[in-house]
Amino acid sequence: MSALETLIQLAYLVAAACFVLGLHRMNSPATARNGNLLSAAGMAVAVGATVVLIVTGHGPVTSVSPVAWVIIGAGVLVGGGTGLYSARTVKMTAMPQLVSIFNAVGGGAAALIAIDDFIRLVGQGASIPLETSIPTVLDVIIGSITFTGSIIAAGKLQGLIPGQPIILPGSRLLTLALAVVAVFGSFYFFAGGASLPVFFLVLAAALVFGVTMVLPIGGADMPVVISLLNSFTGTAVAMAGFVIDNPVLIIAGALVGASGAILTKLMADAMNRSVLNIMIGGFGTGDAAAGAAAGGPSGSVREIGADDAAIQLAYAQHVIIVPGYGLAVAQAQHAVRELAEQLESRGVDVSYAIHPVAGRMPGHMNVLLAEANVPYPQLKEMDDINPEFERADVALVVGANDVTNPAARTNPASPIYGMPILDVDRAKSIIVIKRSMRPGYAGIDNELYVNPKTGMLFADAKDGLAALTAAVKAL
Amino acid sequence: MSPELLSALTIFVLAILVGFEVISKVPATLHTPLMSGANSIHGIVLVGAMLIAVAADNPLSQLLSFVAVAFAAMNVVGGYVVTDRMLQMFRKRPAPPQPKAGGEGQG
Repeated sequence: MSALETLIQLAYLVAAACFVLGLHRMNSPATARNGNLLSAAGMAVAVGATVVLIVTGHGPVTSVSPVAWVIIGAGVLVGGGTGLYSARTVKMTAMPQLVSIFNAVGGGAAALIAIDDFIRLVGQGASIPLETSIPTVLDVIIGSITFTGSIIAAGKLQGLIPGQPIILPGSRLLTLALAVVAVFGSFYFFAGGASLPVFFLVLAAALVFGVTMVLPIGGADMPVVISLLNSFTGTAVAMAGFVIDNPVLIIAGALVGASGAILTKLMADAMNRSVLNIMIGGFGTGDAAAGAAAGGPSGSVREIGADDAAIQLAYAQHVIIVPGYGLAVAQAQHAVRELAEQLESRGVDVSYAIHPVAGRMPGHMNVLLAEANVPYPQLKEMDDINPEFERADVALVVGANDVTNPAARTNPASPIYGMPILDVDRAKSIIVIKRSMRPGYAGIDNELYVNPKTGMLFADAKDGLAALTAAVKAL
Repeated sequence: MSPELLSALTIFVLAILVGFEVISKVPATLHTPLMSGANSIHGIVLVGAMLIAVAADNPLSQLLSFVAVAFAAMNVVGGYVVTDRMLQMFRKRPAPPQPKAGGEGQG
C-alpha cells in the first residue's frame, strides 16, 4: 500500500469516526446541531478523499476519462442542487415526506451500484463467487424496496396517495408471490447462476414489493415505516460497500442500519405496537372494531363555545396544552403560540405536554413548536408533565386523540391498553378542540370526551385556536 | 474466506453494535432530527457512486452511474441541510421571542 493509499484509508477512518461522534452528539438538544455539522464534515472528508483517490489513479482505473468527470460533475450538480433547493424551501410541516424522498434516492443509488456491478460481472462471463453474489443480491433487493416504498410513504404523507390503508383484492397474495420470486431468485444467484433476465425479474419483484408493502399501511403509521426504510437503506449501503469493497460505506451503512432499527422499535413501542403488527397492516380495520365494541364509553358530550372556553383559560393559573396530529395537519403551531402568549400576558402559567409520538413523527411536534418560537423550556416530555396534570386548572387538547384516551390505562379490552398516554383526565377541567367526534387512527372512541369535566370545542385546530385567542383578547 | 472479506465482516458487525449503542440513549424529542441525520449519513453511498462512474466504460453503465451520483448527491446535500434546519430550532433563546412582522409565512 503506497503512502497515499494509506492516507486515503486514514481519511475514511476519520470520516467514520465523525459519523459515530456526530450521531452521539445528537443525543442532546444542546450539542445536536454541532453533531450534525461534525457528521457533515466527515462526509466532506470522505468525498474529498475519494476525489484524490480517483485523480491519482488509485481508483478502479488508473487514468480517468473526461466522460467520467462529466458524469460525476453533472450528477453532483443536478442531485445536490435539487437536494439543496428542496431542503431550503420545504415547509417544516412537509419535512417528513422530504426526508422520505431523500431516503428513497439513497436506497436507489445503493441499488444502482449493485445493478451496475452485476451487469459488468455477467458481461465479463466470469463466475460470480458467493461472497459477491450475496451482498449484490441483498443490495439490489433491499435498495429497490426502499426506493419504491419510500416514494409511496412520501406520497401518503403529502396526500397524493390516500392515507387510509389501501387493500386491493388479492394484494396480499401478490405481495407473497413477489417475496417468493425474490427469495427463489436470490438462491438461484447464491447457487452460482448468472442470468440477466432472472436478475431483472428479481429487481422488478423487489420494486413492486416496495409498493405493495407500504400501500396497505395507514398514514399515521408512516413515521415508523419511514424509519424502517431508513434502516433498510443503511443496510443496502453497507451491502454496496461489500460489493465495491469500500470500508467507509460498510461502516456508515451498518451504523445507520442499526440505529434506524432501534429508532423504529422505539417509535413502535411508544404506540404500544410491534413493528411486525404495523407492517402487516390492518390496524383500525379488523381487531380494533372488536375492541371498540367491547368497551364503548357511554354518556353525553358537553359542547363549549369559544367565549366560555376563553374565560376558563384566562382565569386559570396553570394551563397545559396538549398538541397532537390534528394541530400538525392544520399547521396551527403559530396559532397555538399566539394563544399561549396571550394567556401568559395575563399571568397564566402555560406549558406544553408533548407525547413521544405527537405530530407526524416522534419529536416532530417539538420541531413545529420550536419553529413557531415556543420557548424550549415550556415543552415538557410525557414523564415530566404527567404528575402536573392534577395541579392544572385547564388541559387544552388540540387535535390529539388516542394519546389522551384513559382507556389505555383502565380498559384491558381496549386495543391501545398499555400504551403510555398523557393523563389529561386528571386535570381539573378539560377543553378539547376537535373537528368532529370521529375516532383517531386507532379507530376507537375516547371516553375523555364524555367525561363531565370535558368541554368540546368543535373546530379545525387553527380556526379554534384563533377564535380562542380573539376571545381571550376581548376579555 | 479471504482476509479482506473477514476484516470487512468484522468492521460491519462492530459498526452495527456501535449503531445500537449510539441510538439507545437519545430522547424522543430528537428522534425526527436524528432520523434525518442518520438519513444523511447513508448518503455516503455517493462515494460508491463516484467510484462506479469512474469505472463505467459503456453507455448503460454511464447512465446508471450518472443516476446513482445524482441520487446520492441529493441524499447527502438535502439530508444535511434539512437536518440543520430542524436543529437550528432547538437553539436556546435567552430573550423572550419578539413577534416578527410578516415573517411567519411558513406555518
